[in-house]
Amino acid sequence: MDRSTAAIDVRGLNHWFGTGEARKQALFDIDLSIERGRLTVLLGASGSGKTTLLTLMGCLREVQDGSVRLLGQELAGAREELLVACRRRLGFIFQAHNLHDSLTAMQNVRMGLGVHGSAAADWREPCEHLLRLVGLGERLDYLPGNLSGGQKQRVAVARALVGNPEVVFADEPTAALDRDSGLQVVRMLKALGEARGTTTLMVTHDPRILDLADRIVTLEDGRLVGEGR
Amino acid sequence: MTALLERLLGRLPIGWLQLVHNRGRLAAAIAGVAFANILVLMQLGFLGALVESIRLPYAAMNADLLVSAADMNTLADGSPLPRSRMVEALSVPGIAAATPLHYGKLDWRQPDGTIRTLDVFGVDPAAPTFRTPGIEAGRALLQNADVALIDRGTRNVPAAFFDGIARGEPYRFEAKGRTLTVAGVFSIRGGFSADGYLIVSDQTFLRLFPQRAAGAPNHIVLRLDPAADRSAVTAALRETLPAYDSIVRTVDDAVAKDQAFQTTQRPVGIVFGFGIVIGILVGVIIVYQVLSTDVADHLREYATFKAIGYRQLCFLGIVFEEAFILALLGFVPGVLIALGLYAAVAAVTGLPIAMTPARPVLVLSGTILMCGVSGAIATRRLARADPAELF
Ligand SMILES: Nc1ncnc2c1ncn2[C@@H]1O[C@H](COP(=O)(O)OP(=O)(O)OP(=O)(O)O)[C@@H](O)[C@H]1O
Ligand SMILES: [Mg+2]
Repeated sequence: MDRSTAAIDVRGLNHWFGTGEARKQALFDIDLSIERGRLTVLLGASGSGKTTLLTLMGCLREVQDGSVRLLGQELAGAREELLVACRRRLGFIFQAHNLHDSLTAMQNVRMGLGVHGSAAADWREPCEHLLRLVGLGERLDYLPGNLSGGQKQRVAVARALVGNPEVVFADEPTAALDRDSGLQVVRMLKALGEARGTTTLMVTHDPRILDLADRIVTLEDGRLVGEGR
Repeated sequence: MTALLERLLGRLPIGWLQLVHNRGRLAAAIAGVAFANILVLMQLGFLGALVESIRLPYAAMNADLLVSAADMNTLADGSPLPRSRMVEALSVPGIAAATPLHYGKLDWRQPDGTIRTLDVFGVDPAAPTFRTPGIEAGRALLQNADVALIDRGTRNVPAAFFDGIARGEPYRFEAKGRTLTVAGVFSIRGGFSADGYLIVSDQTFLRLFPQRAAGAPNHIVLRLDPAADRSAVTAALRETLPAYDSIVRTVDDAVAKDQAFQTTQRPVGIVFGFGIVIGILVGVIIVYQVLSTDVADHLREYATFKAIGYRQLCFLGIVFEEAFILALLGFVPGVLIALGLYAAVAAVTGLPIAMTPARPVLVLSGTILMCGVSGAIATRRLARADPAELF
């Protein structure tokens, strides 16, 4: 695949945690290219390095060794400002929804938009639109405390997508949900991604979600071992 | 409120929303800031009352310049002056009049057995030593032996008592084996060192305090010729009077020295100053507690915002927004309660305690600063919000 057209291109990536005696390698010589506009699922046993890889590709961790090109931008050795600028083109969905408990659904989604410096007047429309898309049109002004787990995670999805991110990173976004609402959230993510041409990278263990993946990448003890699909 | 703040800040007022979301914590924080404000305002009030009550008797004097003993710190202390200083002062050109002022302390035993302490001034009944109307009006009465005038503001004495004297019903009481007749009232008010002021003639004063050398006053009250140059006369006086026992000052200078001494050298002044420091500390600690708990509780959310691409500056903004709101919300009830307490203290103690316009401004600025400092310390925890730890 052509390095420059891939959404993410990883070459010879190694990563270590700790120092001295406790120093431990978590990733070994990873080569991986992620095409634009597709849903890629990252599989692997606990401790195999999925989250580490995801945070490296998502500008949340400094690249120690090797190369990560995100949307054409080399992250190895990049300055903090550049990383922050890169993050603004991304969307993150965490295992926990991490919603602000004192902000309504609308206000939480707006936080995903505020960072793009959009004028005060035009935030309402896209936020409302996204909350309707994730089926929360009737819950716009609810506080997270008054929403179910699935609804909260859907607010988090709306928050991640409202800024029209080019790449969405999701780490076990359905782990805290029952099977049905989990599936619903991922279906929505996939549909929205397809409609907008968003690249989605997701860590999950849920076998039913695997059916929705365009591509499956498997990690084992910090090494890429296999490709599905 | 949210809409207003949103307009002011140009962003979602997250700090405000966070504060109102946790009502219990907000109430505790407001109470803490208000408490600190009340503490500081009360201490400033007492300090102000002390300073004001030091000024009042000086202000009542009909004086352009004051000669006092060189070792004098307050109106009430210092060695008596040789009477010859009065004659020497009068010999200086530009001095129109010089009158002696004697000072002493007297116990006034009440019918119920309690004792009020009175500051006693002995004056020459032939000369206007004070300008206070009641003293001037009653001055002629002082020609008679053992007659006194009393301050209406004397602590713990009902107004009706003074009204009776003012109507011409003299009050008699025993002191130092003599029967004093209180025949008139005036109003100086205040006083930390005693409960009120009593004015008698210099003759009566010497009968009350026989151990005092005849004609050795504590202070000499000087009046200038209207045409005289005050600084020239002051300089001439300093030339004439020996510096080892006499000190020549304007009334304002004497007040300033007395106030500086009592607020920095006397326990009362120091206690009030210490109280202000305690108040500020209490405020800083409470606000810091509230803000840092709030930051700690929202670390995951802040980390999420960081992952989304918000900068550290934005979080500092949230914390300072909270600090500023707490300062304002605590200040309002703090000032209102302090005003009520001022009125109560003034009514109960007769101290001249009053809110000056500058004081709330000072306290509000101090509160904002205090909350800002607490906020700044609290934001150090923000550094721990690491988005990489979220996944
Ligand atoms: N902050 C850290 N400090 C030290 N070691 C870490 C840290 N984060 C991860 N590791 C180690 O790196 C290895 C990979 O961890 P990682 O979290 O990437 O695995 P994972 O595949 O996401 O696992 P899980 O399915 O449990 O989330 C593990 O051995 C883990 O102990
Ligand atoms: Mg993980």
